[in-house]
Amino acid sequence: MPTFNLKINDKTHTVEADADTPLLWVLRDKINLVGTKFGCGIGQCGACTVHVDGNAMRSCLLQVSQAEGMEITTIEGLSEHGTHPVQEAWKAIDVPQCGYCQAGQIMTASAFLNENPNPSNEDIRNAMNGNICRCASYNSIEEAVKLASKKIS
Amino acid sequence: MKNSFNRRSFLKTSALASGGMLIGFNLFNACKSDVKLPVDLSQLNYKDFNAYIKISPEGKVTIYSVNPEIGQGVKTSMPMIIAEELDVDWDDVYVVQAPLDIENYSGQVAGGSQSIRRSWQPLRETGATAKQMLINAAAAQWDVDVNTCSAKMGIISNANGETLGYGDVVEAAALLDVPEEVSLKDPKDFTIIGQGKGNVDIDKITTGKPLFGLDYKEEGMVYASVLRPPAFGQVLESFDASEAKDLLGVIDVITIGKKARALLKAGKPNWSVKLSTTDKVVVIGKTTWDVIKGKKAIKAKWKTDSALESSEEHNEKLLSLVNGKKFRTRRKDGNVNKAFANADKVLERVYESTFLPHNTMEPMNFFANVTPEKVHLVGPTQTPEAAANAVASLLGRPIEEVHVDLTRMGGGFGRRLYNDYVMEVAEISEAIKKPVKMLSTREDDMTTGVYRPASTYKISAAIKDGKLTGYHLKEACVNSNMYGLIPNFFPAGAIENYQVDSARLKSNITVGAWRAPYTNFLASAEQSFFDELAEELQVDRVQLHMDLLENVKRNPNPKIDYSPERLQGVLKMVVEKSDWGNVADGVYQGLSVYYCHNTHVAEVADVTMENGVPVVKKVTCAIDCGIVVNPLGAMNQAKGGVLDGIGHAMYADFSFKDGVPSANNFNSYQLIRMGQTPKVDVHFIESNIAPTGLGEPTLPPVGAAVANAIYKATGKRLTKLPYIKNMNSKTEIVG
Ligand code: FES
Ligand code: FES
Repeated sequence: MPTFNLKINDKTHTVEADADTPLLWVLRDKINLVGTKFGCGIGQCGACTVHVDGNAMRSCLLQVSQAEGMEITTIEGLSEHGTHPVQEAWKAIDVPQCGYCQAGQIMTASAFLNENPNPSNEDIRNAMNGNICRCASYNSIEEAVKLASKKIS
Repeated sequence: MKNSFNRRSFLKTSALASGGMLIGFNLFNACKSDVKLPVDLSQLNYKDFNAYIKISPEGKVTIYSVNPEIGQGVKTSMPMIIAEELDVDWDDVYVVQAPLDIENYSGQVAGGSQSIRRSWQPLRETGATAKQMLINAAAAQWDVDVNTCSAKMGIISNANGETLGYGDVVEAAALLDVPEEVSLKDPKDFTIIGQGKGNVDIDKITTGKPLFGLDYKEEGMVYASVLRPPAFGQVLESFDASEAKDLLGVIDVITIGKKARALLKAGKPNWSVKLSTTDKVVVIGKTTWDVIKGKKAIKAKWKTDSALESSEEHNEKLLSLVNGKKFRTRRKDGNVNKAFANADKVLERVYESTFLPHNTMEPMNFFANVTPEKVHLVGPTQTPEAAANAVASLLGRPIEEVHVDLTRMGGGFGRRLYNDYVMEVAEISEAIKKPVKMLSTREDDMTTGVYRPASTYKISAAIKDGKLTGYHLKEACVNSNMYGLIPNFFPAGAIENYQVDSARLKSNITVGAWRAPYTNFLASAEQSFFDELAEELQVDRVQLHMDLLENVKRNPNPKIDYSPERLQGVLKMVVEKSDWGNVADGVYQGLSVYYCHNTHVAEVADVTMENGVPVVKKVTCAIDCGIVVNPLGAMNQAKGGVLDGIGHAMYADFSFKDGVPSANNFNSYQLIRMGQTPKVDVHFIESNIAPTGLGEPTLPPVGAAVANAIYKATGKRLTKLPYIKNMNSKTEIVG
């Protein structure tokens, strides 16, 4: 099996995996970073969102062979102590219900606010539209992104 | 408030060997008289008690709560109730999800929004009893009259101004007798209940710590993926696994199914869902990806074992059932036949709904390690006791050898009441003699589900001299029928001649509870019907409801399951808060009022039309669920229910063609997304009545609120789900 060197949360990991293995399963099964979730496997739900070179990407669609040489950040590495403004906003609003989709929501929101620290409500709704929350915590997610944007800008 | 419930029967205390006091209690039944509390935390068992409280010598409180968390927030709200009566600082309270040791254990179910309602009183009494024992211990230490002592925020004080922390007296308190009588707080003195408390797992959720079934791992664990028949009505004929076995990460390919068939043959009771009789092919591998790939490489042949059914036929048959004569009568007041025979006018409508998959965000998965000594199961289930019993029977093991540990659940919505997936993983682990995690892909989950049954309702109203004189509800539903309380919901008791009838259509498609079973569609039908009825009677929509509820108040009926006062209360509130009737041009409002799961709800939807497509802009929601324990959690639940209800009523398109489901992932099935959501404005009735659930009740009414608004906007009555498709609007999936 080929080996790959991955840079994840500022650490280098060497993993053996089939070249077509989605980064999602490498993270979860090989590196034990289980914060990144599986929801659909086809890029539709956003539960598996990570940052790749700062951009929000679906780790279920990114093959491990394509991820070499890129800076990958997962929910575990978004901040050292869980105090990224988006995480703080999520706590302040108490967004999660079952909580399963929320790592993906937070990763999408944080990458988006990096690009657009001063979004309109419409911008937020567009940016977050790719992330499904089956518990439908959407009102709270919207509020929390707004709150985080105020802290950031 | 003095309360002389016999606390000895459901609560016991002991001193812990490691220091501190342990309280064991039972929420739903008395404990046996001879049970002893352990003195060591590693010995906590859930046979005799279903929850424990530990108070440490430092005054910290740890609650070991057994109720499974599926996103309803009970893991936060139940400890809040204990902490309130115990009178401690919420920051000193820790909550631990207890593992489940199943023997003799009962009552642990997350479903039906009943958790809070059933446990409210025992939780309060437990907290209050512990507090009283601590006060008694302090009074003894001070040698003062206990009536001169009081406790607040973990500190006990006496008339001399002396104070002791809870931690200072726990050792002594643990040895005291359990008092027969304790005071419960006056709800107006609550300091924790009614305050918004954040989810107790929030830090772990926002930093991605392992919490869910999918995250659970053990040394030596392998992964499994199960190939099941692609169509209902098919079973496995043969398969070729050679390609799959050639894959590096695939360890083995096996079949399961014999054990389940043996159970069925032995006529064992059906704890979960109808067990399928087919063999299933299981790929065992080193990682999840290995088994997903391995499964794709299996070449399987399926044969038809029973009818390959299609939704079109279901719908036709359901329709002929409601139009037919064969019913089981569920409730009969007065004489509807006579009322209809004498009517000047009859209003009659048929409402149709589809099957629905649950689509919990975390797909079905479970861990099992079956060894000669014991069966260890770990994962998300809403019914752990049933899971343990089912597995014990399946494997022929005594129940004492089966242990279930619960994880947090990535949604339930009813799907995890059924333990088919737990039985599968147990059979797999026994066969391969290894610890194993079975996980479903989204496709597996959506296509081999336990669906909300398709159902059809026919509602008829008899009108005489401009008055409603008869109401007849007929139900036809796949493989099941509305549960027994529903016929006693509104409008039972409000109309002299009233009848509810059910008919059932047999099918080989597995169905089961789906968030707010039956009412999730019945409410849409009934509340759309009332909207039309008001128009027919030429009375104001709100007034019609108010008057009918007035009838119930004037002629109290012991056989109704709702409160007319409380329904009127939420109706008045929603009218006021939604600015009913006073909205801007181009905004159309629809109203819906409904009672289910012991909670009364009224909702108004504000809808606009954009390019011929209805857009829900806002939903105002008035709720009477008694005391709101945790407003933050309650708000989340209420809003989630409303948005979930809108999503499924507007977009959820799911059917079968020759036994094959029409959708298998989110590119072919629309779950509501942020861009489709309105703002939900939630208001709670202030109340001193014991709390009722919120996991379900805001969902059922919203479909009709939206349909009634769309009617105002378009003049078109919607009677068939999903609404958008049946308006002939554009229906592509938004992703
Ligand atoms: S799991 Fe990757 S988008 Fe759904
Ligand atoms: S919180 Fe449950 S899926 Fe989003």
